[in-house]
Amino acid sequence: MERPSLATRSVQIAFLAVVAGAWFFATETASVSALFLPKPASVYAALQRLVQTASFWSAVLVTLTTILKAFAIAIVAGVLVGYAVTRSKLATQVIEPVISGLFTVPITLFFPMFILFFGIGTGSKVAYGATYAFFPIALNTIAAFATMEERYLRAARSMGASQLETFRHVLLPGALPVLITGMRIGFFICFASVLGGETISSVAGIGRNIAHAAELMESARMYAWIVFVIATSVTLNLLVYAFENHIRSR
Amino acid sequence: MSDTVISIRNITQRYGAADQTDAVLALDDVSLDIRQGEFVCLLGPSGCGKSTLLNIVGGLFKPTSGTCTVNGRLVDGEPHPDKVAFVFQESTLFPWYTVIENFRIALKFQGIAQAEWDDRAMRALKAVGMASFARHYPEQLSVGMRQRVNMARGICVETDILLMDEPFAALDEQTRMVLGEDLSQLLAATGKTIVFVTHSLAEAVFLSDRIVVMTARPGRIKTIINVNEPHPRSPDFMLEPRFSEWRNECYALLRDEIRATMAAQRDPQPQSAGA
Repeated sequence: MERPSLATRSVQIAFLAVVAGAWFFATETASVSALFLPKPASVYAALQRLVQTASFWSAVLVTLTTILKAFAIAIVAGVLVGYAVTRSKLATQVIEPVISGLFTVPITLFFPMFILFFGIGTGSKVAYGATYAFFPIALNTIAAFATMEERYLRAARSMGASQLETFRHVLLPGALPVLITGMRIGFFICFASVLGGETISSVAGIGRNIAHAAELMESARMYAWIVFVIATSVTLNLLVYAFENHIRSR
Repeated sequence: MSDTVISIRNITQRYGAADQTDAVLALDDVSLDIRQGEFVCLLGPSGCGKSTLLNIVGGLFKPTSGTCTVNGRLVDGEPHPDKVAFVFQESTLFPWYTVIENFRIALKFQGIAQAEWDDRAMRALKAVGMASFARHYPEQLSVGMRQRVNMARGICVETDILLMDEPFAALDEQTRMVLGEDLSQLLAATGKTIVFVTHSLAEAVFLSDRIVVMTARPGRIKTIINVNEPHPRSPDFMLEPRFSEWRNECYALLRDEIRATMAAQRDPQPQSAGA
């Protein structure tokens, strides 16, 4: 992947500036109620108060643990299922469309079932996030291994590679870039669905706190949480992209 | 003959069940002996089964019937990397490894002790003039350079037999000729036995001791042409009248087969030639 040029970066930063400017303009001059959209300054103040509380960090910890658990399950299940499917051409032809078909179903519809099965605690969010993230990871794993060029496998076989050696030195490195893409997509789907799940129904975590602040009509605190989530998500995205580019450019 | 290293006996290769209409007879009762140190080209129209034959010799395919022995040992659909190395098109270099890593992995797969990897790799790279590109990734090299590296990868495992499956097919005419020259130089010294599949008439005449001209599908051996010219061969050989004579002889033999292939593609008929 190419490094973003200065021009690309400038446009991106300008876009952020426009959003921030619009927020500032809408709250300072126009008559948008502070209940719907508080001023940037009061959100900032709320965020400052928030990060000093112990409950803030315990909520962050709950959410991060939930995301990581869900992500770990999705990776293990997605990669294993995806890889197993590609071991047979027939299985790939039959199962790949099924998985990609299921992925188009809004799994959010089944969220109440997750609550019924796993309870209102973190278990339901782990299961929900893992289920959602399973699909892109499995699909990308299938794509990664099924598109492996026959010629590399033939070359490895002609050199006397064992099955394990072929996997370690040919299949895996060949599949890695697409595999990593699947994991990145899976991670952010996990992130979004865990937070969404928490907001809809939970007893702890960031999503719960956002919903709670909204119920109490404490807009500044709610936006403070949202700003924190956006900042975290953007930072993670940049880190993951850097990692992905590092893998690809090897 | 006592110095025969590759012995192909009555090899038939069929794809799909014999009673099905879409069954394809790729090779029909092919027998051929290849001597130690010989450079043999398999020449024929597309789809005549020349690559299939090479893959059978290398143990990548198991023939429907017939046998192939290498150094007296039966090849039965199992590669024998200690005796035989393959050189495919340049695109079989693993793009996720650097040039030197590609060599290490080939040597590792072949079961060579790790202490020898880098020595052997550098020796082979020097032989093709690519030693200074050891740390490059394949995609950082031109196609011609990649093919040099790819040839060297086949050579570094130091097998007696080298099977080359249209290694220069992706190259332009000039690069192809230069690499052919290099190959001729390189191999005259080693005494390797080489089986080389190609479409190119000039390449076949320039490189071979014997040219095995094959028929259109089903592949059979039509004629074998002896190219009695010592190795290594200089480019001047291509200017000799006898070069053109051999080349024209090949072309005359192939032309009928290519016409047959084209006719078969125009009006496909049920396979009748397989009986």
